[in-house]
Amino acid sequence: MSEEIKKEIMLPKGEELVLSSSPHIHVTENIQSIMLKVVLAMLPALAAAIWFFGIPALLVIFWCVLFCLVLEIIWCRIAGKPASVVKDGSALVTGLLLAMNLPPVTAWWVCLLGALLAIWLGKQVFGGLGQNPFNPAAVARVGLLIALPRQLTYWIPSSGMTADAANYSEVFYAAADFTKIEQAGQVIDGITCATPLSIAQNTPKILDSGVAAADNFAAIANPESYWQYFIGNMGGSLGETSTLAILIGGIILLSFKLIRWQIPLFYLGTVAVFTGLIHLIWPGVTPPPLFHLLTGGLMLAAFFMATDMVTSPITGRGAAIFGIGLGVMTCVIRIWGGFPEGVSFSILLMNALVPLIERMAKLKPFGFRKPTPAKGA
Amino acid sequence: MNEQAINKDLKIVSFKGGVHPQKDGKILSKKASIQTAPLLERYQVIVSQNIGAPPKVVVSAGDEVKKGQLLAEAAGFVSVPLHSPTSGKVEGLVDIPGPMGVMTQAISILADGKDEWTELPASIDWRNSDADTLKKRIMECGIVGMGGAAFPSHVKLSPPPDKKVDYMIINGAECEPYLTADHRVMLEEPEKVLEGAAILGRAAGVKNVVVAVEINKVDAINAMMEKAAQFNVGIVGMKVQYPQGAEKQLIYAVTRRKVPTGALPADVGCIVQNAGTAAAVAEAVNAGIPLIERVTTITGEPVVNPGNWRLRLGTPISEALKLCGGVKCEPGKLILGGPMMGFAQRSTGVSVMKNTSGILLLDKSDVTQYESSPCIRCGRCLEACPMNLQPSALSQLAEAGQYENALKYNVMDCIECGACAFACPAHRPLVQHIRRLKAEIRNRTKKEIKK
Repeated sequence: MSEEIKKEIMLPKGEELVLSSSPHIHVTENIQSIMLKVVLAMLPALAAAIWFFGIPALLVIFWCVLFCLVLEIIWCRIAGKPASVVKDGSALVTGLLLAMNLPPVTAWWVCLLGALLAIWLGKQVFGGLGQNPFNPAAVARVGLLIALPRQLTYWIPSSGMTADAANYSEVFYAAADFTKIEQAGQVIDGITCATPLSIAQNTPKILDSGVAAADNFAAIANPESYWQYFIGNMGGSLGETSTLAILIGGIILLSFKLIRWQIPLFYLGTVAVFTGLIHLIWPGVTPPPLFHLLTGGLMLAAFFMATDMVTSPITGRGAAIFGIGLGVMTCVIRIWGGFPEGVSFSILLMNALVPLIERMAKLKPFGFRKPTPAKGA
Repeated sequence: MNEQAINKDLKIVSFKGGVHPQKDGKILSKKASIQTAPLLERYQVIVSQNIGAPPKVVVSAGDEVKKGQLLAEAAGFVSVPLHSPTSGKVEGLVDIPGPMGVMTQAISILADGKDEWTELPASIDWRNSDADTLKKRIMECGIVGMGGAAFPSHVKLSPPPDKKVDYMIINGAECEPYLTADHRVMLEEPEKVLEGAAILGRAAGVKNVVVAVEINKVDAINAMMEKAAQFNVGIVGMKVQYPQGAEKQLIYAVTRRKVPTGALPADVGCIVQNAGTAAAVAEAVNAGIPLIERVTTITGEPVVNPGNWRLRLGTPISEALKLCGGVKCEPGKLILGGPMMGFAQRSTGVSVMKNTSGILLLDKSDVTQYESSPCIRCGRCLEACPMNLQPSALSQLAEAGQYENALKYNVMDCIECGACAFACPAHRPLVQHIRRLKAEIRNRTKKEIKK
C-alpha cells in the first residue's frame, strides 16, 4: 500500500533545479523602481513650475524628456547595447532634471542640445548609468550656460508677478531689460524679469558697515520677498523657484532613502553659516543667509542635483564632506564670482573630487582595531 | 490571529544594519508541531559532518550496529564522533551526492526494523559535576553547532586559559527566513533548551547564561520565560532583523561588546551556542543520547505540507520530502539551510546532517535569474552590511581583480551573510564577488607561505 502512495508523491526533478550561491531571495526594489520614486519626488516641483510659468514650462519639460529618451535609445543602438536600457528610467530622470535647470521659456533646439550634453557627454561616453563621474544634468546646464548665455538667462516673470502690481514685482521689472527673443522661428515679445540673485550680483558692494551697507539689499531681502521666494513666485529656472515644492519632494526622497541626508543638511548648513558670517561682517556685500537659501538653484541642487547617487560619495562621512565643499564653493561663486549663481559649477567640481573624498571617508568595519605594527620589524 | 503579547519585562536588543525580508516564509511552518519521522529502510550517514577533521570510520561492511553505536571516532581535537541512527547492518561505504555539490563518502546502514539502542553512557548529575566531565560527554555524543556551521561544541567550550569567559549566549534568533525548527524546539521543549543552556554555562564555567530569541517567536519566548528562573537562565528578545543570529552581531546585541577584527568571541568573554544544540546537550548529559537526529524544517511554497520533522542523520532529502507529501509543482531551487545562507542542491540524494536546519524548496517564480547591472552607488549594501563594510566597492575591486586593494577595504571581515546581495537593486552578486576575493586572497597567502 505504501508503495502506491509513494508513486503518487511528486518529487523535484534534479535537472530543473537552479544551482547558485546564496542568498537565494532578493528585494523587489530595482533600479527602475528607484528612478520612478525619484520622478515621484520631482512631481511637486514640476507642478509648481507649470503653475507659475504655464504652458511654456510644460513644453520645455516635454522636449527635454523626449530628447533624453530618444538620444538614450539612439546611443544604445550605436553602441550595440540593448535599447531596453532606457527602461531603467534614468534617462527620464535626467530629462526632468535638465528641464528643471532651464529657463521656463526655452527653445526646443536648446533642449535638444542640453539632452545631447546630458545623455551623451554626461553619461553614455563614460559607459552609461553608474559609470558617469559627473551629474549629467549639471554637465548640460553648465555646457549650455557657457555656450548660450543669453538663452540660459532669459527669465520670464511667474504668473503671480504682474508688471503693474505690488512693490515686490516692481523690483524685478525695474532691474530687467526688455528684449525680444527668437523662439521656434518666430519673434515673440519677450517680457523678462530679473532673478533675486542677478539683482544681488548687480548691486554695488558696500564694504563699510554703515547704514547704507545694512540697507544695500533691503529691496530684495525682506520678509515679504522671502515669503514669495519660498512659495516660488519669482523668476528663475523652471524647477528651482519653489522652495516649498522642492522640500515636499525632498521629504519623499528622504523617506524612500533615495538620497543621503548628509548632503542637503551639510550643503544648506554650510551656505547658511558661510553667508551668515560674511553678512555679519560686511552686510553690504551679500544678503542674509535666508535670502541665499531661498533663491537660485540651491534648494534644487541640495535635494535633487548634488544628491544624485551615482555622482556623490557613498559613505555618510563622505557625503558630509561633499556637502560642506559644495556649500563653500557655491558661496564663493555667488559672492565673489562672475556668475550670479554657482551651484552647477560647484556640483561639477565636487563630483570630480568624489573618488578622493571616498578614499578619505572609508568606513571602519565593525570591531575595527588599528593594525598593530609587526613584531620585530 | 491571536498572537501572544510580548512580556513587558523582556529586554529587546539589536545590532546595527541588516535587512528584513518582507516575505519571510515562516508562516508556512511555524504552527506545525514537531513530528517524528517513521523508521526508514536505509540511512546513508555522511562521514564528514563537522568543521575540522572528519571522523575516522570504525565500522566495516557486514558489521551489525545498534542505534547510537559509534560509527566513526573523532580524529583530533577539532573533530567529533559519529553514531548510528538506528540498529541494523552496515552495508559499507558508498559515495552519495554531498551538500557542496561533489560526491561524498557515506556509511550506508540497512535498518533491521528493531531500532534497538546500544548501551548508553550513564546520566551525569550536571549540577554537581566538573566542567571537564561535561565537555567530555558533549564531545563523545558528537555534538556540533546545529545552526549551520557544525563547529564542534566542545572546542568552543574550551577557550585558551588566558581568555576569561563570562557570557554564554544561546542563539535562538533563527533569523533565516522560512526556518522554524529552533522556534518549535524552544516552544515545545523549553525545559530541554534551558537545561542545555545551563549545562553549557556550567561546562564553560560562566554564570551569565542568556537565551536570545527574535521577537517573532513570542510563544517560544513566553514558554521559556515561565521556566527560565529554575535554571538560572536569562531570556533576551531581539528585533527581527537578518543576520541577528550571526555570532558577532548576536554578541553585540546582547552584551554591547564588539568582537575585534580577526578575534574570536572568547576574546570578548563570550561563547555562543545554538538553541537546538543546547537541547541536544541536555539529552547527551541527562540520558547519554548521542546526536543522531535533529529537528529540520521542511518548507517552501511548492511543498504540499510544510512542517518541522525530527529526522535521523542519513535520511535522504527525497525521503524527507515524501513525509511532507512531496511537491505541488516543480520547484526552482532546492536548498539545505535557509534562503540567505543555505546551499542550493541539484540532487535529492543528499542526506540529512547534523547542521541541516532546513530543507527549503523555492518556487520557480521566486528564482528569477537576474542580470546584474553596474553599481548605481545607492548605498543600500552599506546600510545592509552588519560588519559596516563597503560591498559595492569590494565588488568592483573583485571585477577588476584588485586583491591588494580589497584588503584595504577590509574584505576579510566579511561574514558572508548575503544581506548586501539581497538588498542590491542593481542585482549585483556582491557577496559572491566578496567570496571570490576572500578565496583568492587565502590562496595567495598560502602560496606565499609555501615559498
